[in-house]
Amino acid sequence: MSREILITETILNTEVENTEVQHESTLYAEPIGHIGSFTITNALLTSWIVVFIIAILVLILRFKKFTFRPTKIQNFLELIIDGALNLCDQVTGNRKISLKIFPIVFSLFIFVLINNWMGILPGVGAFGQIVNEAGHNVFVPYLRGATADVNTTIAIALVSVIISNIFGIIALGTWKSINKYIKLTDLAKIRNFRNDPTILIVAPVMFFVGLLEAIGEIAKVASLTFRLYGNVFAGEVLLASMSAILPFILPIPFVFMEFFVGILQAFIFAMLTLVYFSIQTTDHDEHQKTAHHNDEKHLAPTVAGSV
Amino acid sequence: MLAKGLAIGLGAIGPGIGVGLIGAKAMEAIGRNPEAASKVLVPMLIASAFAEAIAIYALVIAFSIK
Repeated sequence: MSREILITETILNTEVENTEVQHESTLYAEPIGHIGSFTITNALLTSWIVVFIIAILVLILRFKKFTFRPTKIQNFLELIIDGALNLCDQVTGNRKISLKIFPIVFSLFIFVLINNWMGILPGVGAFGQIVNEAGHNVFVPYLRGATADVNTTIAIALVSVIISNIFGIIALGTWKSINKYIKLTDLAKIRNFRNDPTILIVAPVMFFVGLLEAIGEIAKVASLTFRLYGNVFAGEVLLASMSAILPFILPIPFVFMEFFVGILQAFIFAMLTLVYFSIQTTDHDEHQKTAHHNDEKHLAPTVAGSV
Repeated sequence: MLAKGLAIGLGAIGPGIGVGLIGAKAMEAIGRNPEAASKVLVPMLIASAFAEAIAIYALVIAFSIK
């Protein structure tokens, strides 16, 4: 989106004769300033702007009077919230739990969605400064879609996975949650191997399953991070290369596609977070215990959420 | 340049087949039960986004090869 370069500030080294300005979509967000030793990148600035926009919208909605007979905006918002809550119910299967999870998941959705759309907004990435880097004049935009920077996506992915674990601890208790990863109760069952010799094989396998679940948590973070980052960043590169082929006309359908991809990826991010939450809050042992009473066999818990 | 091309080219094969299969199955489902088209659409899009994400990983790798 940064073909129409508008130079607002020029830091040109007079000794450099080559005045050609280069710009290419970089994998990382470029620094645009410093506060002390803290580097501010353009993606960080954009995400602050997004937070600011969301805060203002929320404040407007907070002080708006809602009536029993809904107005147009209220009707629209109620439609969205109702639809999202119903979708939430389909995953959790319980309105009580979904009311607890919903605020976090929906805020993540809104944050990711607006960040995705900021990246394709005309003007974002068009304003910038020219910095001299090793003899080349490089154009550094002031703004860059925050989800097109891996730091933002890894941060929100970590937040969603860690909060889902905390939520699981609150819902099930510390002992049960830790037991998901380190299967101490299963190891303790080795003591009565005389009654059931198969436990000698089952218990180590269960321990290994627990380790797999622990690795699965890290895999969750990685997949959430790179799915969102990759899609948004690839979209930006796609738009840039399309406007290099035929400016103004060719990128238009791709802008619409990126608009759609923005919604889709935000939706998937929120949906997966929701699924992780509901996995953490469901008790795996419950099924096992009921089966245990019926016959003395152990049901292997499903390794859920390995994506 | 060749490494970049190979990374995205080979990486796009699997997801391409995957998206194709998802689309084919969705069409089949809609063909069997045309009223379910709206219900099929959203899960289909999600599934194809998962398949597409793998191609995106390859794309990120392709970009990061210098």
